[in-house]
Amino acid sequence: MKILPKNRAYMNTKRIDTPFYQSFSRRMVLILIFVSFTPMVLVSGIILDEFRVSYREKIYAHLAELVLKHKQNIDTFLDEKMGDIRFITASFTFEELSDDIFLEKVLEDLRREDATVFEDLGIINEQGRQVSYAGPYQLERADYSNAEWFQRAIETPYYISEVFMGLRGKPHFIVSVRGRHEGKYWLLRSTIDFVSFNSLVENLRIGRTGFALILNREGEFQTQSVFKAVDGDERMLYQLIKKGERRPNGIYILERTMDTGQENIYVGAFLKDEDWLLIYQQDVDDAFSDLRRAQGIAVLIILMGGLAIVVTALILSKKMVRQVAELDQEKEMMNEQIIETGKLASVGELAAGVAHEINNPVAIMVEEAGWIEDLLEEEDLRESENLSEFLRALNQIHIQGKRCKEITHKLLSFARKTDSRVHEIDLNELVEEVVGLSAQQARYNNVEIRVDLQEPLPPMRMSPTELQQVLLNLINNALYAMDGRGGVIDVVTRRKEDHVLIEVSDTGPGIPEANLGRIFDPFFTTKPVGKGSGLGLSICYGIIKKMDGDIDVRSMVGEGTTFTVQVPIQPDRIDTLEPRTEPEPVAEFSSTD
Amino acid sequence: MSIANVLLVDDERPFVETMSKRLTKRDLEITTAFGGKEGLDKLDAQPNLEVVILDVKMPEMDGIETLKRIKSRFPLVEVIMLTGHATVETGIEGMKLGAYDYLMKPCDIDVLLGKVGEAAAKKRGHEEKIIEARMKEITSRRA
Repeated sequence: MKILPKNRAYMNTKRIDTPFYQSFSRRMVLILIFVSFTPMVLVSGIILDEFRVSYREKIYAHLAELVLKHKQNIDTFLDEKMGDIRFITASFTFEELSDDIFLEKVLEDLRREDATVFEDLGIINEQGRQVSYAGPYQLERADYSNAEWFQRAIETPYYISEVFMGLRGKPHFIVSVRGRHEGKYWLLRSTIDFVSFNSLVENLRIGRTGFALILNREGEFQTQSVFKAVDGDERMLYQLIKKGERRPNGIYILERTMDTGQENIYVGAFLKDEDWLLIYQQDVDDAFSDLRRAQGIAVLIILMGGLAIVVTALILSKKMVRQVAELDQEKEMMNEQIIETGKLASVGELAAGVAHEINNPVAIMVEEAGWIEDLLEEEDLRESENLSEFLRALNQIHIQGKRCKEITHKLLSFARKTDSRVHEIDLNELVEEVVGLSAQQARYNNVEIRVDLQEPLPPMRMSPTELQQVLLNLINNALYAMDGRGGVIDVVTRRKEDHVLIEVSDTGPGIPEANLGRIFDPFFTTKPVGKGSGLGLSICYGIIKKMDGDIDVRSMVGEGTTFTVQVPIQPDRIDTLEPRTEPEPVAEFSSTD
Repeated sequence: MSIANVLLVDDERPFVETMSKRLTKRDLEITTAFGGKEGLDKLDAQPNLEVVILDVKMPEMDGIETLKRIKSRFPLVEVIMLTGHATVETGIEGMKLGAYDYLMKPCDIDVLLGKVGEAAAKKRGHEEKIIEARMKEITSRRA
């Protein structure tokens, strides 16, 4: 039934909030998100991981190569310098070299080749006393017997010392070669310019944080570190690096997280028979900055894609759930209509049966009462003091019998419909006819019936009797509603697209909201017992629905009620209904509801 | 003389009995039958019957069937149909088949009485016309 459209709309919006639709929506969102996310996360995760591995490998290889090259450079540098000193030792005798002036000349020769590397030269005898010296410092006759480097150097043919401050108070290291003269050892030593050596290592700088340095076994710096303030852990590096991953070319690689949470990458190579360690250190974030940026972009894309997926899933599922809810709603309404139609049909059958069964006994009762009446007239009961009571009682039986008859009439007309033969009719004419029929009654009730007809209306194909019945019912209901108080009934016809509208409005007391949903139900009536069967509007509903039309009610308590009948202008369509309409006689109108 | 000779056919025995009493009281000559077949037999037996009050809904032979037979065998006998409500259309059909009128149960006794009177008058009118026609035929033959 298509009534109470407001109420339905209200239900409709509320519908989606039920647990069923909520869980439906939730499931759909989850499935959508899962299906979209899984491949995205898998693909990007795998690609990112592969990329990370291969990129790391590339960075490692690059760093290892770099460190290896520097190590070779340093090795070559040291070898070269050692070679120079050895050449001098081999070329000249102890006596020649013990001469300061000669030594000065040798130093000059050396420097001619390589300007700054050799700072000075000195000859030291077995006792550690410097025999001769050439260089910028006043170190003639210096005594090295207690110096650690001397004690080591005198033991081996070639020696390269650690970096130390020594007598001159500047970091430097010494390259020495041992010679033998008259059964006694002597040393030719040269100080290597620290700055030029340092530059070999210092030049190894990559990115923001990559730098190199050289440590000895004790973890003491052999070069000046760019970042002087390295924490104590650095001293352990020599040991740590040895535990790191060893690559085939003798390079060690290690990644380590500092206490501060900073991750560092270390690449180490051993020099000078593992005395020294060339170590390259770089912040991991810095080393992998390109990778980090790529990862960042990927994560950003995933996040934005994810957000888009979630939003889309939410919107899509909400939309679909709303559509499903609407479909469900429609289905339910159709079911309701089917049930309604079925109810009307079965009520009709029942009514026909009941009416027929009741009719005969009622007829007999009425006849018997009539017979008693007949008898009373001639018997000597005429003088009985109770005669008037008898007559009253018999009359009452007649009246009640008639009431039964009326009720069964209604039931039957409800069940059988009326003359449903289809004719081509002028709706306006029909309306005027019905209004004419009701005019007298309206006058009694002090009601004015106003008619507003739209001319011309297309000719309609329908059963005039049925439509008459509907209109008569509506007008009679309106009259009843304004019982005694008087008022106005407006009957309006209008064409609206492919429909014709007939409106019957009254200025009566209106229908309470609670009753509005039930007024088309069979046997629903607000009239006092015996005044209405509750079938009038139900019959109207059945008739209009059969015509493929619609009947609708709007009512405001205290202001009035408007019934709107909508009949389609579809001659062909109505024709197809013909087979159902076998010729039927005109039954009495069920004049009031 | 009574107003009319009436045959009352209905399967509802109490209805027939009371009705016959009431109609007899109103100067009708009533013969009763409780079924279509019995009604036809009565018509055979009593040719003076003028009007039949016939219930439409009866077991075995129903009102319409009975009406058809009456009309074929006794064309001049007038029939008034009594219908329950569900059989309004059968009442109309009956009229098409030659019934004089139809009434709905329960019916007002005076209305019924009126109809019976009219039907009887019509029948008598018909009979008179037939007699006249015959007389004319005879006289014209002589002439």
